[in-house]
Amino acid sequence: MFELLGVPPQALFGQLLLGLINGAFYALLSLGLAVIFGMLNVINFTHGAQYMMGAFGAWMLMQYVGIPYWGALLIVPVIVGATGILLERLLLSRLYHLDHLYGLLLTFGLALIIEGLFRKQYGSSGLPYTNPIPGGTNLGFMFLPWYRGWVVAFSIVVCLATWFMIEKTKLGSYLRAATENPTLVRAFGINVPRMMTLTYGFGVGLAALAGVLAAPIYSVNPIMGSNLIIVVFAVVVIGGMGSIMGSIVTGFGLGVIEGLTKVFYPEASSTVIFIIMAIVLMIRPAGLFGTQR
Amino acid sequence: MAEPTPLLEVRDLNAWYGESHILHGMTFNVRKGEVVTLLGRNGVGKTTTMRSVMGIVQKRTGSVRYGGTETIALPSNQIARFGIGYCPEERGIFASLNVTENLLLPPAVKGEGLSLDEIHKLFPQLKERARSQGTKLSGGEQQMLAIARILRTGAELLLLDEPTEGLAPVIVQQIGIVIRDLKKRGLTILLVEQNLHFASTVADRHYVVEHGTVVDEIENRDLAANRQRLETYLGV
Repeated sequence: MFELLGVPPQALFGQLLLGLINGAFYALLSLGLAVIFGMLNVINFTHGAQYMMGAFGAWMLMQYVGIPYWGALLIVPVIVGATGILLERLLLSRLYHLDHLYGLLLTFGLALIIEGLFRKQYGSSGLPYTNPIPGGTNLGFMFLPWYRGWVVAFSIVVCLATWFMIEKTKLGSYLRAATENPTLVRAFGINVPRMMTLTYGFGVGLAALAGVLAAPIYSVNPIMGSNLIIVVFAVVVIGGMGSIMGSIVTGFGLGVIEGLTKVFYPEASSTVIFIIMAIVLMIRPAGLFGTQR
Repeated sequence: MAEPTPLLEVRDLNAWYGESHILHGMTFNVRKGEVVTLLGRNGVGKTTTMRSVMGIVQKRTGSVRYGGTETIALPSNQIARFGIGYCPEERGIFASLNVTENLLLPPAVKGEGLSLDEIHKLFPQLKERARSQGTKLSGGEQQMLAIARILRTGAELLLLDEPTEGLAPVIVQQIGIVIRDLKKRGLTILLVEQNLHFASTVADRHYVVEHGTVVDEIENRDLAANRQRLETYLGV
């Protein structure tokens, strides 16, 4: 077998796949954050907790109701999205006339409360979730577990479908227009407040979907979201707040870069994203795909 | 001849931006099929009047009746659904939408509006630039796009806020032709203008606005006789 810079290909491709998996979660989560921020101007710090709720939702459906993974993949995003809609109507919508900072504080507080409740009920050690598609295949240069391949492929499809919906459809044109000038869009007869509610529900649903996807890979535990969300915010800053394609490309890209760093210079693997963030902030403060506003 | 009932009836309209009191009892009306202008200098409250009728200004009191229905307490998305189309002074073309998307954005609010073909006949430029980004158009083209997109919706009353501002004379002429054509089709138009000459070529009546209230009303056919008086108001 060939070697690349002294690294065996099994290790290289293995880390590349891990990077792609992490990237898939970064992309799904930062996509939801971007959609929410664009429309509501709220930096949704509850996002990590909502991702965790997605994973727990899958676990609970399996444990208490006996609904398997595939059912959870459909049901959980809808249920968690509905809790998002409730939250937007009851709390968030009262803060729109205030500075960004208030939305951030509210969602951050909510994240702490939600995580606290789950920790009280389920403890902080992880709960197991059975892999729905065990096994895999040997590609010659690496071993590909079926489930991991599915996560990468499915999240790419979800990301591209979201991008298509926002950039290429009529509904998306309402969203883009309302992101730019909600007052005028409303004066055309469109119920912008309802759009904001549904957008929040959709963004939260995406977080929950990522959570369901994560359940068989990572252990299901109350702080799984807060571990991940810090990195995701760095991804959002690098990609540019509010940019759809930016979130997707940066999410996958940074996952891969992180994976490669693990191969070539493991000591830096947990900080490389933040180093990139610092550099991007110095050169392009609006992010790689963002526009100043 | 009996006076037709007004389509838009504004009585004692007051409006505020934060603490500043902008409109002080605006009272005027627009009958079906009329073109009426609000004339006045900068900062007298013409745009605020438009934004209040449309429900965009949050803090407002008094009465705005459309076809006899009170709209003063309604949000702007419901007011639009009565059949009112709004073309703001800053034109409000969306940068993230191309020309066609901009054109198709406002939903139909009432019955049948103009078809895309009819709109392209009125504004051939928009057809040529269909795929361009909205804000890449020239000022004149953006103005046409801003008017064109509310024609598709079937709105019966159009609020046009300074459609000729900053445009070349040939474009102003084209907009004049369009407004006269829309009047022939039976649309009702409330126009904010500073260009008296342009206003006199399209309107039936003029209201003069000063300090947030209507101070005078002049029929277009009496305009020549009152020119002196009007020019004093406008400070021309």
